Amino acid sequence: MKGGIARTGWAALALLGAVCLGVLALRRGEPVNALWIVVAAVSIYLVAYRYYSLFISREVMGLDATRATPAVIYNDGLDYVPTNKHVLFGHHFAAIAGAGPLVGPVLAAQMGYLPGTLWLITGVVLAGAVQDFMVLVISSRRNGRSLGDLVREEMGRVPGTIALFGAYLIMIILLAVLAMIVVKALTDSPWGMFTVMATIPIAVLMGVYMRFLRPGKIGEVSLIGVALLLAAIWYGGRVSVDPVLGPAFTFTGTQITWMLVGYGFVAAVLPVWLLLAPRDYLSTFLKIGTVVALAIGILIVMPNLRMPALTQFTDGTGPVWKGALFPFLFITIACGAVSGFHSLIASGTTPKLLANEMHARYIGYGGMLMESFVAIMAIVAASVIDPGVYFAMNSPPAIVGSDAATVAQTVSSWGFVVTPDVLTATAADIGEHSILSRAGGAPTLAVGIAQILHSVLPGANTMAFWYHFAILFEALFILTAVDAGTRAGRFMLQDLLGTFVPALRRTESWRANVLATGTCVAMWGYFLYQGVTDPLGGINMLWPLFGIANQMLAAIALMLCTVVLFKMKRDRYAWVTIVPTAWLLISTTTAGWMKIFHETPAIGFLAQAHKYQAAIQAGELIAPATHMGQMQQVMVNNFINAGLTAVFLAVVLSVLVYSVKAIGAARRAGARTDRETAYIALSPQEAHL
Amino acid sequence: MTDDVPVGLWRRLVQTARLCCGIPDYDNYVRHLREKHPERPIPDYATFFRQRQDARYGGGGFRCC
Repeated sequence: MKGGIARTGWAALALLGAVCLGVLALRRGEPVNALWIVVAAVSIYLVAYRYYSLFISREVMGLDATRATPAVIYNDGLDYVPTNKHVLFGHHFAAIAGAGPLVGPVLAAQMGYLPGTLWLITGVVLAGAVQDFMVLVISSRRNGRSLGDLVREEMGRVPGTIALFGAYLIMIILLAVLAMIVVKALTDSPWGMFTVMATIPIAVLMGVYMRFLRPGKIGEVSLIGVALLLAAIWYGGRVSVDPVLGPAFTFTGTQITWMLVGYGFVAAVLPVWLLLAPRDYLSTFLKIGTVVALAIGILIVMPNLRMPALTQFTDGTGPVWKGALFPFLFITIACGAVSGFHSLIASGTTPKLLANEMHARYIGYGGMLMESFVAIMAIVAASVIDPGVYFAMNSPPAIVGSDAATVAQTVSSWGFVVTPDVLTATAADIGEHSILSRAGGAPTLAVGIAQILHSVLPGANTMAFWYHFAILFEALFILTAVDAGTRAGRFMLQDLLGTFVPALRRTESWRANVLATGTCVAMWGYFLYQGVTDPLGGINMLWPLFGIANQMLAAIALMLCTVVLFKMKRDRYAWVTIVPTAWLLISTTTAGWMKIFHETPAIGFLAQAHKYQAAIQAGELIAPATHMGQMQQVMVNNFINAGLTAVFLAVVLSVLVYSVKAIGAARRAGARTDRETAYIALSPQEAHL
Repeated sequence: MTDDVPVGLWRRLVQTARLCCGIPDYDNYVRHLREKHPERPIPDYATFFRQRQDARYGGGGFRCC
């Protein structure tokens, strides 16, 4: 009887989700409230969690509550600790949530809010959460090993090295694209620049305090740090209008690029306690705090969506990024729907802290649903602002012009009516000189967040404060990612190069350290520089590379899961991973192929390179390039990007070949061939956590 | 974290916040040392904190997109 009531409740919830989606999809011409999106997403997440993740847990993976996890077997109180599942959920979520789920949906909003919302919901339920959950379980049953090791163990040495190499390239592109988001947000913005620069002395102060004055008092020092940050945001407003300081903190994109490259190198070789760790604490707490505040803000304000459900740009002619809905939407929204990077986290610290296998469902599947919800909020924030303002902010000057009157005219001609006054007034509201051509997601999201927080929290003229708060919060965790990523990249590079030159593997060697760090910084710095100087806005160039790379890593992780299922002789459940793998392979290889060979220069790297090559030979300049050197540079960049995309395709296709071979061998074998560690039973007192 | 006494919500929150920064539960570590390795010296919280801080970023901790 009780079961019957529960089942009716779940059916009602599923129906509610379906009705909300129906409203979102079908209502035209009248404003749609953002709550429809939120309720649709949450009810579908809950139903998927209740039924689909339980199915994976019980039937597909056959999780066993009596099986001891690595945390129990190797419990050392440090790296391997059986951890309360809610505590671990928080840790895992903080580790997977970054800038990705915030930026991708904002960029995808150029096609309207509907395509992005639908992909986020279906993607996470069938692909993203499945990947995170299954990789966590597979790693947990193999002593908490990393993705590279797992691929090596289950599929062979060569695919293992290929996967590691792929992960390294993704890291480089990720760092470049993240750094570019910061550059776009801080260009000609003395307020933003001042506050972001202020984080460096604040972090150092915190680091010293925590090292020498009050060792390990994270909570205390973080409160001090946040207070100082808020003061810096307030003072930044003064700086921006100051006749001397204002210009002193105004920099061009290229200047900021060089500053970031220098900063990245220095920060990556400094001791961690001085800068990296304290800023990591600040960014982690601010990130969680802002996400929670945004969720509460949306629930209180219940804003209407002003972006249409679908725009004319689904055909591929959009100004923010080029390319049609298929395949480009599915690589633009990566994190939030499915993110390969998570497979590195799910095979990193989390499996070593899992107290019981049964928790993997809540932490892996549930954690990813939470991340998807963050992405849903980002799409809401981008869709509640005036669409005219959205397109003015995100379109490159080569397409819409560079003064308010021209931009307003161009954007209005697309049907998103906006006046120059609205554009200048919005800039004034947020305390900036201009909002034009600030592609990259962060500024748009910051305007959305500022609008929402501004209407919830008291105080007049607080838009500018909240805008810079949002910019700072994103810049903070992007910078943390940049130096943590450069460090991680350095170790990966030393590991890879050490295969050929063993001396380079010595991580304590100062020369090997500087060489590997320098190479890493030079690599992401190169892509950052070409992105910042790209005539089409850079996002158009770098974000697809990042999306393809990230989704490709997800495909590799899901291929690993598929191979493991076949080796476990669970062939009849293999569709659970084959379906998302196939979808990811189809969309990434199509997108990769198009990025290389598409005949439209704005989409195809080769077409763009040839266009510039032809112009150079004819002695013509293509605006906004001002001299032949720049033309040459654009041409070379496009050839390099085409080559890089080809490498990505080669990586993913070779792993596919190895997977098919491994699956064939597994099917021919008479018994299970997977490399799961032997079963050890939990003792009764270990089982209660 | 074999909780002999019921653990309060606040303590759980502090634990979560610290773990997000890569600092495991100190009390649990001390208990672990006492039970399993009584011969080893018990580091004070400051030393424990420093070691953990270095360990977190030493191997190149991954950061997500």
